Amino acid sequence: MKFTHVPGRNAKHRVTLYALSTCGWCHKTKELLNANHVQYEYIDVDQCQGDERAEVSSRVRELNPRGSFPTVQVDAEVVTGFDDDRLRELLEL
Amino acid sequence: MSAEERFSEDVLKTCERLKQDAEAGGYRLNPDKDFVMRLVQGLLENERRYGYRCCPCRLAFGEKDKDVDVICPCYYRDSDVDEFGACYCALYVSDEWIEGKKKHGSIPERRPAKFMRDGHSETPAPPSSLAPSSLPLPVWRCKVCGYLCARPEPPGKCPICKAGKDRFERFM
Repeated sequence: MKFTHVPGRNAKHRVTLYALSTCGWCHKTKELLNANHVQYEYIDVDQCQGDERAEVSSRVRELNPRGSFPTVQVDAEVVTGFDDDRLRELLEL
Repeated sequence: MSAEERFSEDVLKTCERLKQDAEAGGYRLNPDKDFVMRLVQGLLENERRYGYRCCPCRLAFGEKDKDVDVICPCYYRDSDVDEFGACYCALYVSDEWIEGKKKHGSIPERRPAKFMRDGHSETPAPPSSLAPSSLPLPVWRCKVCGYLCARPEPPGKCPICKAGKDRFERFM
């Protein structure tokens, strides 16, 4: 799985975002993380092909059985959908 | 930089057409222009990739039969707009949502878990007691917006929501 690493000075938590490049809520999630200088890694699952797409989709399902986007892992917690309040709470923003 | 400068001519034109179609059919597009442009860019990207406008907020299977329920406008739009004031990706919203009477944000996925996992599949309709053989013509129902019409074949495009012919079912 090829994740894109986004550097940021707020690196208190390990943040992994599973997103779709076409999705408005995924975009808003990236904007929130970027605006708060959060360090994170992300993968746009719609841009993956073949085996990689199947592998990432099954990883998303392990974290979020519905397999919906965005799915964000913050340390051991999983946030599904664009949940601004929950993300701010977990990321201590 | 303005939206006109950041998005392609195609995106701008498609937005305008979707807005006109939505309003003619009694629907509303999200008034957040940037948000809508981005979604429309996603719709056009999906059209290029798969040959149809799969919902930009859902991962397509890339097979039309499996994605037919989430081609925009999706089968879940009207129920989501009724309940939450917005469809799943928030392209279509209600007046109440625009007036701020409904919370703006992600909503739960209404698409059945089985379809999320394996793609859409038709459940054979039970023999209908509503199908009197005396009808001079069959009645067709648009599965996106519920439009009904009596004619030999479904229309090429739904006159209300512009869904294609393949998204009609025999109703009576």
